[in-house]
Amino acid sequence: VTPQLLIFFVLAALAVLGAVSLILQKHPIHSALSLIVVMVALAGLYLLMGAEFVAAVQIIVYGGAIMVLFVFVIMLLNAGIEEHTSLSKFAGPPGLLLVVALAGFVAATIARSTGTVQAAGQTGAMSSTKGISSMLFRDFVYPFELTSFLILVAIMGAVVLAQREKN
Amino acid sequence: VSAFLASNAELIITIVKIALLLFIVLTVNAYLTWFERKVVAHMQSRWGPHRVGPHGLLQPLADGVKFLFKEDPTPAGVDKFVYYLAPLLALALALTSISIIPFGPNPIRLFGHDVYLGIAPPDLNIGILALFAITALGVYGVALAGWSSNSKYPLLGGLRSSAQMISYELSLTMSVVGVLLIAGSFNLTDIINVQAKHPERGILGWNIFPQILGFICFFIAAVAETNRVPFDLPEAESELVAGFHTEYASFKFAMFFIAEYTSMITVSSLCAIMFFGGWLSPFPASWTFTHYLPSVILIPAGLWLIWDGIRYETIFGKIILPGVGTVLTVAGIALLMPDLQFVNEFIQAPFWLLSKIFVFLFVYVWMRGTLPRFRYDQLMAFGWKLLLPLSIANVILTSFVILKWGAQ
Repeated sequence: VTPQLLIFFVLAALAVLGAVSLILQKHPIHSALSLIVVMVALAGLYLLMGAEFVAAVQIIVYGGAIMVLFVFVIMLLNAGIEEHTSLSKFAGPPGLLLVVALAGFVAATIARSTGTVQAAGQTGAMSSTKGISSMLFRDFVYPFELTSFLILVAIMGAVVLAQREKN
Repeated sequence: VSAFLASNAELIITIVKIALLLFIVLTVNAYLTWFERKVVAHMQSRWGPHRVGPHGLLQPLADGVKFLFKEDPTPAGVDKFVYYLAPLLALALALTSISIIPFGPNPIRLFGHDVYLGIAPPDLNIGILALFAITALGVYGVALAGWSSNSKYPLLGGLRSSAQMISYELSLTMSVVGVLLIAGSFNLTDIINVQAKHPERGILGWNIFPQILGFICFFIAAVAETNRVPFDLPEAESELVAGFHTEYASFKFAMFFIAEYTSMITVSSLCAIMFFGGWLSPFPASWTFTHYLPSVILIPAGLWLIWDGIRYETIFGKIILPGVGTVLTVAGIALLMPDLQFVNEFIQAPFWLLSKIFVFLFVYVWMRGTLPRFRYDQLMAFGWKLLLPLSIANVILTSFVILKWGAQ
């Protein structure tokens, strides 16, 4: 067992445990904390693959900004322990179907892949500022600008909603 | 055992470095509290701590013992897990962030390995991003402490702190983009080396001159991120008792305290590295006589300490102060010896970086002795309406200048 594989299993276990705990926790803050564990564990997995930039951004954006906002809102609303209702009839059978379909898809993918999976390049475009910039602003400039536009629209929507409440 | 040592040398060196840095950082933290109390006291025409040890120098030790042995009650109705997790998280993240700072360019050759000053490897590509990632997580320590305490003042403190940190993190990140554009790299060592491109310019080559606007935004936002005066609203005594750590006692309180002081050190190092040339000397490279500056500072300081110690009231002070003074004087004289010039050359870089860090720590304390606290609405308006537009303007301005005339 190489150290890399060991670290992978530790991080993967952390991510899966965090995700399970996210669903099973009763208090919203505990669920949010579990989600942070998932995010940080995923960042660790990215680091393991040599994608340092993606790992840092994962923590800054998801672990930091977005989850802080989640925690902030939960604290602000002073949300208490969830009241569990009985499983809705609609969610039961289709959910089960989805679980089976997803498991089948993953199993099929694993069965089809032969031999070992090649690790991503350790060095290369994704680790230098120049490489990242030319990827974002040359190769993928249209998706990037479109995403920015989408986010701008969302921000404007939020501002409009907040304004309407005031009047 | 020797085979294990040989095959895991890198790992063992790193662990030893971590232990060493931890010891140094905690000691510096302890004496930073002494320094802060002394400086603020003198600014307010008081003596500050002066009972425990000569000049109150053993006060940090007494405080540490007090923190360890005080009763540590857990208030009723707290969320136990989160309540214990919060101080741990705050301290762990603060200590992790300092491990990314490089303290010198040249490695020491030890047991056939190049040992760099600083824990992270010098070719860490995401240096500044990693620091921001850790800072971004630092909010949780404060926010969760406030929430889990099951008490109104900590909750208000935690809420304020989350809102403040979200607001100022934007300006903090945007204000360094100018520096990153000049350096073309996230690596902290590269950022310093770019400032040494023209060794003859000395201080004029530092980022502070093209990036004065970026520095102002960065420093203000960084002070807000570390919850220090004038941005210490999360723990505003007059309104919130002690803010987010009201319900924490004994060593759990000390952990928040150490976390705050450690992040002060990290921010000071970042200011020095990104805007003030890091470990570079402010003098042109040809002025080699400035390399004797450590001795020029050490010898008079040592001699003064001896003179002061002999006149001190207590027997203990009469022994310990001249003792320390003698050590400093001897160290200063030793650095002048021709045989020890390689040591003198080696300590130049750490000497300059540590001096700059010290200056910024003094500015922190100075502000605490000078400035009143912001009101909450002033804080938000300042962050969103002034600081963020200014830092964005800095990015645009820097980009245009670099496009037109190149990075240098």
